[in-house]
Amino acid sequence: MTGIGKLTGKSEVLGRDICVSSEADVIVFFSVEMGSTNSTLSKIPNVEELMQETGFTPAHIVRLYDRFEALDKEKTGHLRPQDFGAINRLAMNPIGDRIIGAFFSPGQETVDFHSFVRILAHFRPADQKRPKDPSMPEPVNSRTSKLKFAFQLYDQDKDGKISRAELLQVLRSMLEMQVTEEQLESIADRTIQEADLDKDDAISFEEFRKSLEKVNIDHKMSIRFLR
Amino acid sequence: MTDLCEGGMDDLWSITTLLLQVWFSVMIGLIMIPAMFGLSLGVTSVYIQILVKILEWATLRIQRGHRDRPTLPVPAPLPNGLIQREGGSMEQEMGELRRYRTQSISRGEFALSDSFYFYRKGLESIVDDQVTQRFSSEELVSWNLLTRTNHNFHYISLRLTIIWGLGVIIRYCVLFPLRITLAIIGISWLVIGTTLVGFLPNRRVKNWLSELVHLMCYRICARGLSATIQYHNKNNKPQKGGICVANHTSPIDIVILANDGCYAMVGQSHSGLMGVIQRSMVRSCPHVWFERSEMRDRHAVTSRLRAHVAAKRNLPILIFPEGTCINNTSVMMFKKGSFEIGGTIYPVAIKYDPRFGDAFWNSAKYNMEGEDATKFANRVKSAIAHQGGLLDMAWDGSLKRDKVKEEFKEHQQKMYSSMVVGKKARDSQEPHTESTNS
Repeated sequence: MTGIGKLTGKSEVLGRDICVSSEADVIVFFSVEMGSTNSTLSKIPNVEELMQETGFTPAHIVRLYDRFEALDKEKTGHLRPQDFGAINRLAMNPIGDRIIGAFFSPGQETVDFHSFVRILAHFRPADQKRPKDPSMPEPVNSRTSKLKFAFQLYDQDKDGKISRAELLQVLRSMLEMQVTEEQLESIADRTIQEADLDKDDAISFEEFRKSLEKVNIDHKMSIRFLR
Repeated sequence: MTDLCEGGMDDLWSITTLLLQVWFSVMIGLIMIPAMFGLSLGVTSVYIQILVKILEWATLRIQRGHRDRPTLPVPAPLPNGLIQREGGSMEQEMGELRRYRTQSISRGEFALSDSFYFYRKGLESIVDDQVTQRFSSEELVSWNLLTRTNHNFHYISLRLTIIWGLGVIIRYCVLFPLRITLAIIGISWLVIGTTLVGFLPNRRVKNWLSELVHLMCYRICARGLSATIQYHNKNNKPQKGGICVANHTSPIDIVILANDGCYAMVGQSHSGLMGVIQRSMVRSCPHVWFERSEMRDRHAVTSRLRAHVAAKRNLPILIFPEGTCINNTSVMMFKKGSFEIGGTIYPVAIKYDPRFGDAFWNSAKYNMEGEDATKFANRVKSAIAHQGGLLDMAWDGSLKRDKVKEEFKEHQQKMYSSMVVGKKARDSQEPHTESTNS
């Protein structure tokens, strides 16, 4: 988006590319200072490794770093759950707490920039051109990794299976007051029935993967970064 | 020796007075008088066209300069945010997620993939937050001949620097004093004129004169801003006894709107210079100024406004329901208080091209009964946003400061539950006997 819009007589719609003259600017607008890419990248330790691991471009890393700093209101260099809680749209998400929890490893109370980016990397769209190389570790945004991430959001105690209780928890968060307890339980029962192939009353990762094999995971679990 | 010096001083003095005289007469003749009658000599538009051409050239030049010197790519400021958001509603997206299931979807039901929708939305909001974005200014993509935006625009070529220097000189030495003078003249004329008019007893002549005075002053002020304003749909202009609601982008919104017609202002009474202006304005025609303590009592405010509107001869009142300045790209939620007053509402959309200030009139002769204030407010807000080409946002402008209400979360849950349980709730009495298909 570095073009210049052609200005016709009337005003065009938002975010236009030429901001003209100081006339109105002096009173109306003030701009946001953007540090140059170089200086920002040099502030981040091990940034090369991070880019390699996650596949983000330098431009993305800089943007994410700006976002990280914006969230880190007290400038500690780490984010705590409260910092995430300040995001309004997240607070109104029924499973917002769970998503916040995904950023923090068990026992940890803060998350640094590297971990922040690594978690977000799960949601990068899959790289089409990358050849399947069995000797390389699974890229963090492959279909399997995304599914694993989703699985972990269900499987809070990390025992490798989604138990009935865990499923009920998620359902309860998403539906809260809107349905009765019996309805919740019957939904949970039915879901396990459908997906559970080895009849152990829990959903393992393989069963999870199998039941979602027709879903376009890459499309539904990806965030498209502009540029 | 001293004679010569004194002679020199006299000459200097007479030259200065001559210059001042010339300058004043130019100003009065070429700027003020046409301004007062709403005419334009077209100088401003020519100036702006030249300026645009120069800036285009400058930006291209800078881009070329960057290409010749390869550095890491500069992330261009993205006015619409960091990520591309899918526009689908919850129902749409859930439907897509569930498409693979062989059971009939109309039965509702839960699918393991349902949560993906929420995950994605949650992560999108972590990466980029539309609300806080609205409250920072629009990032400027190109350079506007003042080093405000970006450290990356350092020395590229001599020509560019010269133009920059020229720009600084013209702006600060020529235009700036001109504008200050105009602003001072405009405001003093407002105070003096309205006070004078206030002495007149007669009703009709007084009103006509006060309108004239107000218009002249606002026009002079608008000239001081070099504002070029286009009004659309003039047939829907607010009439007496109505209420005009507009979106709020900057303090000069009032000047922009008042250039075309006369309004009764609503606001808090200040002390100092603002207070002087406010008191003199009230003398010529009724405005509504509130004390700070009064403003807390919603009832008192509403009844005063209602009284003003009910007197059919009073000028339409001007209200900015958003309550805070937004950055010119969207219309935030309108507080419903303005819509409970009664009377006819005239929504106006103000959209600034940073050069122009366009005001779009729109007429809304809505019936107040049978529609509660919140819905009405939302409808007006959508109309304004649509007309002005702005984004219609469901966020309250005060979210800048407050935390989100629980209601929003419940709303999401309600929407989701209607997809899972909705249809089934009807036949929840019968025992379930379906077997699972595979």
